[in-house]
Amino acid sequence: MPQGVLVFAEQREGIVKKASLEATSEGCRIANQLGEELSVLLIGSSIKHLPPKLFPYGAHKVYLADHSMLEQYSSEGYSEISYKLITERDPAIVLFPATAMGRDIAPRLAARLKVGLASDCTVLRLNEEKRLECQRPVYSGKAFALVQLTSTPQMATLRPNVFSAEELKEPPQGEVIELSVELKPENIRAKVVDLIKPEQEVPDLTEAIVIVSGGRGMKSGESFELLEALASTLQGAVGASRAAVDAGWVDHQIQVGQTGKVVSPQLYIACGISGAIQHLAGMSSSKFIIAINKDPEAPIFKAADFGIVGDLFKVLPCLTEALQKLSKA
Amino acid sequence: MKVIVCIKQVPDTEAKIKIAPHGRAIDDAEINYIINPYEEYAIEEGLRTKESLGEGEVILISVGPERASTALRSGLAMGADRAIHINDPLIDENDPLLVATLLSKAIQQEGYHLILCGVQGVGTDHYQVGPILAELLGIPHVGVVTKLQISPDKAVAHREIEGVSEVIETPLPALFTTQKGLNEPRYPSLKGIMMAKKKPLTVLDCQQLGVSEEEVNKLKGKAPIIKLELPPMRPKGTVVEGEPSETVKQLIEWLQRETGIL
Ligand SMILES: Cc1cc2nc3c(=O)[nH]c(=O)nc-3n(C[C@H](O)[C@H](O)[C@H](O)COP(=O)(O)OP(=O)(O)OC[C@H]3O[C@@H](n4cnc5c(N)ncnc54)[C@H](O)[C@@H]3O)c2cc1C
Repeated sequence: MPQGVLVFAEQREGIVKKASLEATSEGCRIANQLGEELSVLLIGSSIKHLPPKLFPYGAHKVYLADHSMLEQYSSEGYSEISYKLITERDPAIVLFPATAMGRDIAPRLAARLKVGLASDCTVLRLNEEKRLECQRPVYSGKAFALVQLTSTPQMATLRPNVFSAEELKEPPQGEVIELSVELKPENIRAKVVDLIKPEQEVPDLTEAIVIVSGGRGMKSGESFELLEALASTLQGAVGASRAAVDAGWVDHQIQVGQTGKVVSPQLYIACGISGAIQHLAGMSSSKFIIAINKDPEAPIFKAADFGIVGDLFKVLPCLTEALQKLSKA
Repeated sequence: MKVIVCIKQVPDTEAKIKIAPHGRAIDDAEINYIINPYEEYAIEEGLRTKESLGEGEVILISVGPERASTALRSGLAMGADRAIHINDPLIDENDPLLVATLLSKAIQQEGYHLILCGVQGVGTDHYQVGPILAELLGIPHVGVVTKLQISPDKAVAHREIEGVSEVIETPLPALFTTQKGLNEPRYPSLKGIMMAKKKPLTVLDCQQLGVSEEEVNKLKGKAPIIKLELPPMRPKGTVVEGEPSETVKQLIEWLQRETGIL
């Protein structure tokens, strides 16, 4: 009988990503409702120090696959390890963060296990039969689908920044189980040969608590400094609309929307962005939305919790200054 | 080189979404369908690969109802050589495992060196068909590709991940899922559109792919939508207008009162 919840936790360069802590926490909530155990799978190289970071979030067991061939992510190597563990341990539920890695590996595993997968979920719950039901935004956020997983293990990827990562007051006494890794070089055909880091560090928008985004209304790349200034007072990151990216003002890595990043910060500030449906698709699950736009008819105001009709070149400096004063006070 | 490009026809991203009376799918009576934008990058990359190698064939495959042939014709007009349309009333075109399985059968019948798919199908946004297809065919894949160099037996791809790009090398055959940034898709020329009408478009059903009704039913519906709803209306927000010093003051008060962020 399949039992328990397994979370695939992503680490990169020895750091467990926030989205994985969120998935672990959600896994813990589901496991508690089932009255079953939560285990976590960690894959990488030289990562023996990481399991204690997961116990506070409710992991009873951490399975550790630590091997030099696993230093870089590979869909083949990582799915081989995960597949073996899943077939041996037979969990009822397997969760992944919907990060680049989670989105890459989960479907390969689903195919191998011949099971269904709910992608990029924003709500998980158990139905009366204790089966998983997952809510996920579809059609650019214009609808929500409730998906039932009818095969086992029930697999889902969880949208980052939506589920809360909570440290437990009384975490379980965690256990580390080291997996023996039997990989041959020919098991990993697609190999990472290099990592290209941008000259300027690009913040991970999917993890940001506050995002200040600019659109065509910014008029130039230079004026994004106004957004940088506001973002840094709020400890946030800068994003952009496609129009700003296509104009060559900013790197496409920070594009928010249908063809860019899907983000769910606590606070999203849209400056000089009209609010096209493809932009809304990337940010409408933000907790609070603020819009600054000089056109009172701009559709972004329909999506915003608070809107300022005005010239962003006047409003932004004023806002940054007021916030700086506030934080000094 | 045989290049396979998998394309899906999807609702126009501008489309107004209405829910069908049974509440499990959209009502598509008034929906305009387009080629999945991510797959325009895939078609373009397939064509460029053929052009740069100076040889090869670009074959489009789509799983979908009758209307999907329009998307295939558009892709042929861009320059692809021929197309395969998998159409059968048994099929749910939004079921990733089923769709990928049918694609894998057709692709195995065809033979292949390189497979390109969009990173996701706009609308359902599963991000699944590409990696599932690679797994079913037993070949490597690289997802979310923004740069791709193909040589006769291997490929180097740039894959976009959080904050960095991974450079990945893989032997062929392999599958790549394409992301914005990879290229600028061409527009079909008038000549291309004329020629597309004469290019071969083969229609196949499940039986011709060697998949029985029983197998289809076993594959499909492992993650069915049991309810589709419009999102709850966001409560109407506050909109203020006036001197920046005044509107900013109101914003900060609102932030403090409503959000707890400051
Ligand atoms: C398939 C597809 C995918 C797409 N994917 C994306 C995506 O991922 N992300 C995305 O963002 N878009 C995407 N788009 C494009 C989208 O449709 C819009 O074209 C784009 O979002 C517009 O960007 P914008 O709001 O910055 O520009 P505009 O629509 O031109 O709006 C600029 C706004 O700035 C305001 N403004 C100008 N000057 C000032 C000023 N001084 N002060 C205050 N306000 C000012 C104007 O009133 C206007 O509302 C996609 C489109 C398609 C077809």
